[in-house]
Amino acid sequence: MDRSRHLDATFSALADPTRRAILALLAAGEAPVMELAEPFAMTQPAISKHLKVLERAGLISRGRDAQRRPRRLEAKPLAEAVGWLEGYRQFWEGSFQRLDALLDEMKTQEKTSGVRSARKGKHR
Amino acid sequence: MKNTGTLKVTTPTEREIVMTRVFDAPRRLVFDAFSKPELLKRWFGPRGWLLAVCEVDLKVGGGFRFVLRGPDGREMGMRGVYREIVPPERSVHMESFDDYPGESQVTAVFVEENGKTTLTATVLYPSKEVRDIVIKSGMERGAAESYDKLAELLASMGSEG
Repeated sequence: MDRSRHLDATFSALADPTRRAILALLAAGEAPVMELAEPFAMTQPAISKHLKVLERAGLISRGRDAQRRPRRLEAKPLAEAVGWLEGYRQFWEGSFQRLDALLDEMKTQEKTSGVRSARKGKHR
Repeated sequence: MKNTGTLKVTTPTEREIVMTRVFDAPRRLVFDAFSKPELLKRWFGPRGWLLAVCEVDLKVGGGFRFVLRGPDGREMGMRGVYREIVPPERSVHMESFDDYPGESQVTAVFVEENGKTTLTATVLYPSKEVRDIVIKSGMERGAAESYDKLAELLASMGSEG
C-alpha cells in the first residue's frame, strides 16, 4: 500500500468514536478482546468488527497468545497520521498563541480609545 | 465557549483540512489580525520564525506574499490571491507555497458570540497527490511522537466523537 492509501485507511478507521476509544485503551498496553469489549455497551462480535477494521488499517495487531487473543497498538501508521496533523498543528498553535497576546493588546487599546470617544460624546 | 485557545484540526475528507480555534476577542479585531501586515508580522509563523516579507492587497483579485525566515536563515515563501472578502465575517483565498506544487483554497469564517470569535478555516487541496505532499512534509518536519502523546490525542479525539 502506498503512503496515501495508508493514510486513507488510517483516517477512515479513526473516524469512528468506538474505534478511537479502543485505540486509547490499547495505548495503555495490549489487552484481550474480552477486556476491550467491557467498557462498551456492545457485544463481543460488534467489538470484533471494529477490531477487524483497525487491523486492516494496520493500527492494531494480534499478540501470540491464541487463547487470550490480545490486541496491541501498532504505532507506525498512527504516528504517520498524527505526525502529519502534528506538524500542521504545531505551525498554527505557535502562531495562535502569539495572536492571543496580540488580540489582548488590541482589546486594551480599543478600550482606552473607546473611553476617550465616549467622553467626547458627553460633551456634545 | 469555554474551549478558548484549543486548536482543533480535523480531516473530514481526503482533500480537506479543517481547523477550528476560539479567540477571546471580537471578530473585527481577529479579522484585522488576519489581514493587516503590521499585525500579521507579530504572530504568523512557527516559533522562532520571522515574517520577513508580508504584503497584502486586500481586495477581490488582489494578492498576498509572505516569506517566513527561520532561525537558521532558511526561507519559506507563500503567495495567494483573494477570491472573496466580507470583513469581518469571511474570506476565501487561493494559496500556494514556493517549494510545493499545487494551489489550495482556504475559506476562513469568523463567527462572533459573546465577544469571542470562532475561526473555522477549511483548506481544500486540488488533489490527493498534493495533499500527500503536504502530509509528507508534515511528517518530515518530524514531530517526535511518543505513546503518551498518541494516547493524549486519541483521548481527545474520543471525547469529541
